[in-house]
Amino acid sequence: MENFTPVASLIGGVLIGLAAVGMLLFDGRIGGVSGIFGGFLNAKHGDTAWRAAFIGGLMAGGLVMLMLKPDTMTFGIDRSVLSVVVAGILVGIGARLGSGCTSGHGVCGIGRLAPRSLVASAVFMSTGAAAAIVVGEVFGGKI
Amino acid sequence: MPIALTFFWGFLFSIGVAVSGMTQPTKVVGFLNFLGDWDPSLVLVMGGAVTTYFILSRFTLKRDKPITGEKFQLPTRVDIDGRLIAGAALFGIGWGMGGYCPGPALASLVTLDTNIMIFVLSMSMGMYVYGTLDSRFTSEPDGGAGALEPPVIAIRQGI
Repeated sequence: MENFTPVASLIGGVLIGLAAVGMLLFDGRIGGVSGIFGGFLNAKHGDTAWRAAFIGGLMAGGLVMLMLKPDTMTFGIDRSVLSVVVAGILVGIGARLGSGCTSGHGVCGIGRLAPRSLVASAVFMSTGAAAAIVVGEVFGGKI
Repeated sequence: MPIALTFFWGFLFSIGVAVSGMTQPTKVVGFLNFLGDWDPSLVLVMGGAVTTYFILSRFTLKRDKPITGEKFQLPTRVDIDGRLIAGAALFGIGWGMGGYCPGPALASLVTLDTNIMIFVLSMSMGMYVYGTLDSRFTSEPDGGAGALEPPVIAIRQGI
């Protein structure tokens, strides 16, 4: 457990929670990144502006952190291009098919004790653990 | 002004994601693979985020309406269907393989790292193709959370 960062992770988690509550308190919306971004990609009826603003904020935050603490923004795992493509496609399709990701289901959904989100989070934690274990223990961390 | 605030929530979200360590796939994979050199940090990220949201959303939802928005747009669906399970299962596999979920991946795009750009492009393609096929088959106006009228959310959205 030499990589354990309890204080930073707890503070970061509270900030994520505050941002998601901010979306609810001001906009009345769920702060789920896959819902916001997916709706931006398949945009209709001109509701793209607020989605673009949220995504722009995400990227601006990333830029600030890249300047202040670049070591927090590194890929750092050994992956082939093919495995990155497959992982990206699975995350994209899965988040839309399952109506949410770690923020929409994991933070907002569990935070509202929504039954669908509790189930979805249990499922993606389980399959995520299974995938990470297979990659780490069977393939030696390289795919 | 509401747009500037929405930008700010995205910004704050991103800072939280990076401070917590979730923009480092090593930490995510290090949590999910508990048989390896286990990194429990993600427990505190989720614990901090969920507890904050759980407490503050109770007070928020006592209001008649949000401060700048017209109304609260919350999913009301409670049924557990095959799409929810299958989607979450596929999402988890991709998350465990690459160590990225959508928020941290988008926040990391500014690094212009090849792997991150390929991940975001693949994820966007997956979302776009699914969204296009989905709207073709179901003819609903939009698949995005928050964009739908409450009755439509009740039918389609689950989060």
